[in-house]
Amino acid sequence: MTLDARTDMPVSLTVNGRRTAGIVPVRQTLAGYLREELGLTAVHLGCEQGSCGACTVRVDGEVMRACLVLAVQAEGCVVETPEGFSGDPAMDRLRERFATRNALQCGFCTGGMLVAARDLLAREPRPSRHAIREAISGHVCRCTGYEAIVDAIEAASHGGTAP
Amino acid sequence: MRAAPFAYLRPNSLEEVFAALAQFGDEAQLLAGGQSLMPAMALRMARPGVLVDISRLGELRGIALEADALVFGAGTTYSQALRSPLVAEHAPLLALAIPHIAHEAVRSRGTLGGSLANADPASEMPACMLALGAQVVLRSAEGERAVPMEEFALGTYTTAIEPGEILAAIRVPLPETARRTRFREIARRSGDYAMAGAALVSDEAGEARFVLFAVSDRPILVSGAPNLDAVLAGIDTEVEFFPDNHAGIATKRHLAGVLARDLLSRSALKEAA
Ligand SMILES: Cc1cc2nc3c(=O)[nH]c(=O)nc-3n(C[C@H](O)[C@H](O)[C@H](O)COP(=O)(O)OP(=O)(O)OC[C@H]3O[C@@H](n4cnc5c(N)ncnc54)[C@H](O)[C@@H]3O)c2cc1C
Ligand code: FES
Ligand code: FES
Repeated sequence: MTLDARTDMPVSLTVNGRRTAGIVPVRQTLAGYLREELGLTAVHLGCEQGSCGACTVRVDGEVMRACLVLAVQAEGCVVETPEGFSGDPAMDRLRERFATRNALQCGFCTGGMLVAARDLLAREPRPSRHAIREAISGHVCRCTGYEAIVDAIEAASHGGTAP
Repeated sequence: MRAAPFAYLRPNSLEEVFAALAQFGDEAQLLAGGQSLMPAMALRMARPGVLVDISRLGELRGIALEADALVFGAGTTYSQALRSPLVAEHAPLLALAIPHIAHEAVRSRGTLGGSLANADPASEMPACMLALGAQVVLRSAEGERAVPMEEFALGTYTTAIEPGEILAAIRVPLPETARRTRFREIARRSGDYAMAGAALVSDEAGEARFVLFAVSDRPILVSGAPNLDAVLAGIDTEVEFFPDNHAGIATKRHLAGVLARDLLSRSALKEAA
């Protein structure tokens, strides 16, 4: 058998509830595809080597680094970016608490933080502060000092008013 | 920085994987979870000509309980292993260790097979598999062979995998009597690679396997366990320490002693789960 290795390939996936399809260079990462082809620029690219967490998205229900997945590897997958999660009450609460607790300054880390926090609340609806710190430990924030982010996630998990 | 140009192939079966390895030879590199290979490509430390994507192969998935072993498909992700009731019951050491590996968004894609094949001396999985007395199943177009962990990791990023072979499965033997396990690593931040780490597996018959990692060029099974003094002597005579980005030889030697005392002191042995 002779196999055909490709440099361009068709891909089709569902992003934030909408089907999308196209031919992509195999070298394009999922993060590149989301930003450049779909204009979803809340997927930030900081390090492009898996260390900063800014590009974190949800793929088939699991959080992943979009800079460490090729676009062609997302074939048939359901992808959610920080722009998505519409009608998701937990994400709405997180967004609101991030805003009211000043859990963002420049906002570069925020999309990834929100996706990681949403994933944590899916696994653990009432996480301890330690669990919150664990969940965002792969996410670098150069502005806030993290304390406000932990507060915001904690407040969102309680569903009630800010502490 | 972006990866250098490459071509991509997504085989539908192991047979196609072997055909791809034969056809592209040295140019080909397997892509599993990509959590080591993709960063290496972005940094241009790896420049594969053809990526052979095995991340979706059903043949490499799944955790199965056999009569004498718990068998992991190489493509089992860390997250899948952590969620598995079979792991909780038969190999709880892995459930202790996996939360120390990176972060949720890396554990969801990184695979057990990829970790063993990558053979980073600071990685948790090779050390745990050595402590558990596991065997690695290597397959090629010609057939398969089983290699004990003692003979699998040969040095930093170097394993017994031959050209044309892939790591297909990992067999963790089931103990005759109940196994107790402990795990500890010392890292600067949660999720970072360890500055030094250790895994201990002991049974009721008094047999014990104590493994150090992130101190040498591969995980080291130190003789003498469960006797603390014998292990401390073993650390002095048997371990060739290697420095890395996190710590020098003197620190690693010191931490190895700390870990041995922590895991092997009598009260610690009683606490083991
Ligand atoms: C931010 C970050 C933090 C990390 N922290 C840690 C940590 O603390 N501890 C740790 O252990 N790891 C850590 N890692 C690495 C991670 O564990 C990798 O997932 C793992 O080392 C490789 O598994 P993979 O499935 O992603 O393999 P890949 O990256 O796809 O492949 C790695 C290598 O193994 C080869 N390979 C893969 N599968 C097979 C197979 N079945 N047969 C033969 N060869 C194969 C590939 O060709 C490649 O050379 C971290 C990674 C990131 C991005
Ligand atoms: S850009 Fe993906 S982790 Fe930093
Ligand atoms: S708000 Fe600026 S990096 Fe986090």
